[in-house]
Amino acid sequence: MDIPSRHRPLVLLAGVMLAQVLLLAFQIKRERDVRLIRLWSVELLTPLQRAGTWIIGEVHGGWRGYIGLRHTRQENEGLRTELGRLQLRNRELESRAAEADRLAAVLGFRQAHAEVPILAAEVIGASADAASKTLYINRGSRDGVRRNMGVITPDGVVGKIIEVFPNTSMVLLLTDHDSGVGALLATSRTHGVVKGAGEPFARMEYVINDEKIPQGEEILTSGEDRIFPKDLPVGTVAGTQDGNPFKVIRVRPAARLDRLEEVIVLLTQRELNPRKEVELAAPPAKSGETVTSPSAPAKQPEQKPAQPPQKPGASPAPAQGATKPPTTAPAKPPQ
Amino acid sequence: MNARTQGETHIEVHKFYGGAVAGVAFLALVVQAFLHKFGGKAEYLELPLLVTLYFGLSRRNPISGLLLGTVIGLLQDGLSHMPIGLYGIAKTFVGYLASTIGARVDVEHPLSRFGFTFLFFHFHQAVLATTEWLLLAQRPQYISGKLLVASLVNSLVAVALFPLLDHLRKQP
Repeated sequence: MDIPSRHRPLVLLAGVMLAQVLLLAFQIKRERDVRLIRLWSVELLTPLQRAGTWIIGEVHGGWRGYIGLRHTRQENEGLRTELGRLQLRNRELESRAAEADRLAAVLGFRQAHAEVPILAAEVIGASADAASKTLYINRGSRDGVRRNMGVITPDGVVGKIIEVFPNTSMVLLLTDHDSGVGALLATSRTHGVVKGAGEPFARMEYVINDEKIPQGEEILTSGEDRIFPKDLPVGTVAGTQDGNPFKVIRVRPAARLDRLEEVIVLLTQRELNPRKEVELAAPPAKSGETVTSPSAPAKQPEQKPAQPPQKPGASPAPAQGATKPPTTAPAKPPQ
Repeated sequence: MNARTQGETHIEVHKFYGGAVAGVAFLALVVQAFLHKFGGKAEYLELPLLVTLYFGLSRRNPISGLLLGTVIGLLQDGLSHMPIGLYGIAKTFVGYLASTIGARVDVEHPLSRFGFTFLFFHFHQAVLATTEWLLLAQRPQYISGKLLVASLVNSLVAVALFPLLDHLRKQP
């Protein structure tokens, strides 16, 4: 059929639109991802993102190492004067660090999960879509990263791995619409689910209106999602109001999700069982950890059989749309 | 001849140096993803849309405009975790319409560039929202203060960015 030249753009537009609508319909109907296009996009663009991160790091280092030293001599005298004060400050900080170590020992988190293999990773980019709260890290399947692995920082939960490529992985942030983390309130141990809202604050759901929740209360992982270990900081309560049927709780994430440079990937999907308190009294064991520098090649860790693959962006139980609140665990003192 | 005129309308059809279109589109996607790494205010920027719009308005060829929009949109989809095709559909429309309008109206003045970017930004977001509503059965919130600020920010960026991209045009 011969199409008049003035109608060709319109026909092509209709064809391209139809193809994309069918593509969308295919993904929705079959619940399958078009991995090939995603793989092309990532493989095409992440090397440049990686290079950009490297260049910025080098420029920053060069600036600090050379250009920033122009006034070193002038500053040297002032610095000598400061030295005495800094030594005092240093002693004070050492004291605080020792205090932090003691608190960490009391919390026992690290000792309780010393056997958990972890992997340091560098954030190399983010989604090109403002509505999609995702990041790319420089670790992939070659480093042992698998889907649904938890991603954290020392401050708290960051998100989970939803796509894995050979050298890169996509992290769904806690604040994304599709994100969900099993959580509990630190004081009352009331369970709920922290879900993303597509904005800087997340929401904790499935907490009944009768619950008294002070502002600033800490929210911890409950471990029920089998992604994050128990008692890891998720965030703090930024505000509450009664809702129907559950309380509306705004959560300020513990991790600085807008300033992430390095993250930690939990290289396990098994349930994490904290050691008994008797064991916690023992000195911290570090032999079981698998920690590497964010930019160093990682050793392939031993993997237990992974759980069945989850749809990208799917929330942990309870599933999205569920109205039944999660069961509340019996109250127990914080470890 | 690097620039030609179309019949009675005397609208210039600009041509670009080899690889300029692909390079700029590629760079826009990388920078967009790189900026979003830092979150916050960077989320207001929609560089892939600005690039689609600029080349559509400048080249004034509906076929190349819609194809460029499709490729940029699909790559943008590929970097997100949303179903592939959302941005593809929106940017295909933008590419086609920008090229069609560009062939009829002169869009070189900064004010008209500001106005067109503002309108096309909202058109792009409206298509996205409609697609999500019709095909994904989602009800995205369309009207918001953030969207208005984003459209103004992108329009201002377009006024500054488009003259820079003009340097990539082949001189007549």
